[in-house]
Amino acid sequence: MNDLGIYIHVPFCGKKCGYCDFYSLKYSKDNADAYVQAVLRNLDYYGKPQTPVDTVYFGGGTPSLLSTDQLALIIERIQNRFSLEDNCEITLEANPSGLSPEKLKELRYTGINRLSIGVQSMTDSQLQFLGRSHSSARAEKAVLDAADAGFDNISCDLMLALPGQTMKDLEYSVSRFFSMPISHISAYILKIESGTPFDCGNIRSRLPDDELTAELYLHTVDILEQHGFFQYEVSNFAKPSFESRHNCRYWQCRDYLGIGPSAHSCCGGKRFAAESDLEKFISSHVQPVYVTDESPCGFEEYAMLRLRLRDGLDLRSAGEKRSMIEKKLPPLIKAGYIIFNNDIISLTPKGFLMSNSVIEYLIF
Amino acid sequence: MANEKIRNFCIIAHIDHGKSTLADRILEKTETVAVRDMEDQLLDNMDIERERGITIKARAVRLKYTALDGETYIFNLIDTPGHVDFNYEVSRSLAACEGAILVVDASQGIEAQTLANTYLAIEHDLEVVPVVNKIDLPSADPDRVCSEVENVIGIPAMDAPRISAKMGTNIEAVLEKIVTDIPAPKGDTKKPLKALIFDSYYDSYKGVIIYVRVKEGTVKVGDSIRLMATGAVFTVVEAGFMDASNLINSGSLEAGEVGYIAASIKSIGDTQVGDTVTNNDVPCDEPLPGYRKVNPMVFSGIYPADGAKYGDLREALEKLQLNDASLSFEPETSIALGFGFRCGFLGLLHMEIIQERLEREYNLDLITTAPSVIYKVTLTNGETVYIDNPSNYPDPALIQTAEEPMVKADILSPSEFVGNIMELCQDRRGIFKDMQYLDDTRVNLHYELPLNEIIYDFFDVLKSRTKGYASFDYEMLGYTPSKLVKLDILLNGDVVDALSFIIHTDKAYGRARKIAEKLKENIPRQLFEVPIQAAIGGKIIARETVKAMRKDVLAKCYGGDITRKKKLLEKQKEGKKRMRQLGTVEVPQEAFMSVLKLDS
Repeated sequence: MNDLGIYIHVPFCGKKCGYCDFYSLKYSKDNADAYVQAVLRNLDYYGKPQTPVDTVYFGGGTPSLLSTDQLALIIERIQNRFSLEDNCEITLEANPSGLSPEKLKELRYTGINRLSIGVQSMTDSQLQFLGRSHSSARAEKAVLDAADAGFDNISCDLMLALPGQTMKDLEYSVSRFFSMPISHISAYILKIESGTPFDCGNIRSRLPDDELTAELYLHTVDILEQHGFFQYEVSNFAKPSFESRHNCRYWQCRDYLGIGPSAHSCCGGKRFAAESDLEKFISSHVQPVYVTDESPCGFEEYAMLRLRLRDGLDLRSAGEKRSMIEKKLPPLIKAGYIIFNNDIISLTPKGFLMSNSVIEYLIF
Repeated sequence: MANEKIRNFCIIAHIDHGKSTLADRILEKTETVAVRDMEDQLLDNMDIERERGITIKARAVRLKYTALDGETYIFNLIDTPGHVDFNYEVSRSLAACEGAILVVDASQGIEAQTLANTYLAIEHDLEVVPVVNKIDLPSADPDRVCSEVENVIGIPAMDAPRISAKMGTNIEAVLEKIVTDIPAPKGDTKKPLKALIFDSYYDSYKGVIIYVRVKEGTVKVGDSIRLMATGAVFTVVEAGFMDASNLINSGSLEAGEVGYIAASIKSIGDTQVGDTVTNNDVPCDEPLPGYRKVNPMVFSGIYPADGAKYGDLREALEKLQLNDASLSFEPETSIALGFGFRCGFLGLLHMEIIQERLEREYNLDLITTAPSVIYKVTLTNGETVYIDNPSNYPDPALIQTAEEPMVKADILSPSEFVGNIMELCQDRRGIFKDMQYLDDTRVNLHYELPLNEIIYDFFDVLKSRTKGYASFDYEMLGYTPSKLVKLDILLNGDVVDALSFIIHTDKAYGRARKIAEKLKENIPRQLFEVPIQAAIGGKIIARETVKAMRKDVLAKCYGGDITRKKKLLEKQKEGKKRMRQLGTVEVPQEAFMSVLKLDS
């Protein structure tokens, strides 16, 4: 039996951020209780006692809106229905404003050992623009409290290329990050998703252009690496051995099971997704799902995902496509997009910026 | 039929001056067509003609009219192409008539095409009946226009019918003028058959239908006829005339009549406009004067945007050629564009019409190369070659002299734009001949211009520099020696054959720079930097660079994004098939098209 990562999608938020297109609804206690019961039923249904689980990830939404007891109940059920490994990585996504010292202390006892905190920026005006409910001071306090509570694997999100963002703004946020006890940073370029409130001319027109965005990104990569946060994926940086093991599953084409409305899975030889419908999720015995891919993890997909990782793609896995790929490499290497070394091709930060085009050109 | 009751005439008018509307009114007043059967502007039956308001192929309609003298007359209305590209066809249509109605817009006056066609009509001894149209417009000034007609053309015009074809005002006056002013045809029905072909088209049931004006003799069903220029012999299956919408097989046509002949003719190439039809058993001594084979003047490569559509393109061209003997094409191959055809056209409008019909009627997505004229090159070994494709231009070291075709151009315009026009013509290497004042406010400028300077965008630019008021007409003059060079365009160091063209040395630098700029605008930033160079021989004379793209959509990619991402990349790949891949460079088809219109 393949080992498994479990993703629990918690579709509640205190309020929705303007840039977010994840499935999430306004939190209510009744819904949350019914939701947790449904999660437990699904764990019962999908459970395979022999299957080793080495990562659990509570994403959202705002999973920190669940009570400590509810989280504990879910983790306990995973433990009962699967073979939860001793050193399992259990991540909780959290908003700084939801992390009181007390809550953090309780969370420690649930087995959660990794926090991914949605800090996004250390400039208050930008936090306001993003519609976040916290200030930079609140974010900093949450991180310090979490460390006090005993969390030694803390990740913070950082958003790049916000409207009006300058190199100086970014350097400021990053330097504040460096002063905090964190071991992982996810640095995303703001992408305007269609249909979100940010999807309007007023915001689009104020975004940094591609040139500046590229500079912001490359500069971030530089300074993060200088401070010991190594880029292991397009948007992810970690101190040695603090890479997100759960997220790495996605990029290594390994199995994961997603539970909760809109959660995606790749296991049993298929990719499938639960419907984005909380009511249905709550009322169904087992979450209704639809298949998105009958035969995932073919070479193109594998290569596409592997090339997001700094570790890159081993061309020995390319089989007969290898010679075709190698023929296309010289201009990519010359342009500084790709490094080719001992059968391994990997993208440079400049290449990551153009990864859609590079991967499409090389693999598809 | 008694010849004195027949009137053969055509209508001469500038685009938009109301030819088709007047034709419709004449059809109505002669009551041969029920109003409910009429679409607007009946004589133009191709979509493109209708949209552009121009007539491409001539048609002939037979009408009955009972005049004020109580007699019933037969009118044969022959529709003529209005555009300069079809000048020869116009002249053949005129040769089928005894008279021409000259329609002049009451507010705009005479235009270049009208003038050229009116002179042509006078050359053919046609009786010209001026008619002032659009008198309902507030800006109408019929007196001024009438005196302009008298001054410029030199025919009396003060008693010209003043009408509004649109409103149906005073149409009877025009019909009476046709009866009283246009002479009846002459001709002896006993003489050997002599008939002029002034149009033809392909009908999938009857084969080629030829439109003729019988000058002498008689033709009837069962006769053996010979087309004198091509020598082809056929047996007449139908002979008759056309009412507003149908061919009426009356069994015979006599001297003085206009009508059609169907004779199971398979190829339109056999039925050259201007040729003479005679009886194969009792032939006439000599053909009617004025026949010449129409040769293409402008050439361009036409390629399917999707290489798999090559067969479809060939089929479409073959079908168009069935109805258009002046369209020529032969296969050619381009490194950049793959398999396509080198097509020859009468002129730029003809080229546009063919391209548009291919795209619209045959649903083809096309890439066309810059139009070229035919250059005459004398090699150092004394041999003369004609070059219509820049790719075949000889090595400069082998060229003794190069010559290019010239045209004689008439440009009519309000006098306030003379400066602008002169500047434009100067810029296009024009040689000023003279300038005539048509009246106080309008002039006729005569220029000699190289044909290759007017085939790109001359007419568009002329229009924009004269606020749309100038009109333009030209005729071929012949070849003149010229300092020509071949300009190559290189992308990422490789010559793109489809973008090469031949140009006068003095224009090469400016054109090269503009093309490089246009390409830069139209080639999107992509994975790799794209150097654009323009070169003569090995010498680079212009360069631009499309910088590499800095970032594409850099989205997160977690569990739920993977299938979507894969599909996105597959789609991106698919989308690039619309681009031409030249080495590592992706060139959208718009880039090839963008260099065709540099000044607009």
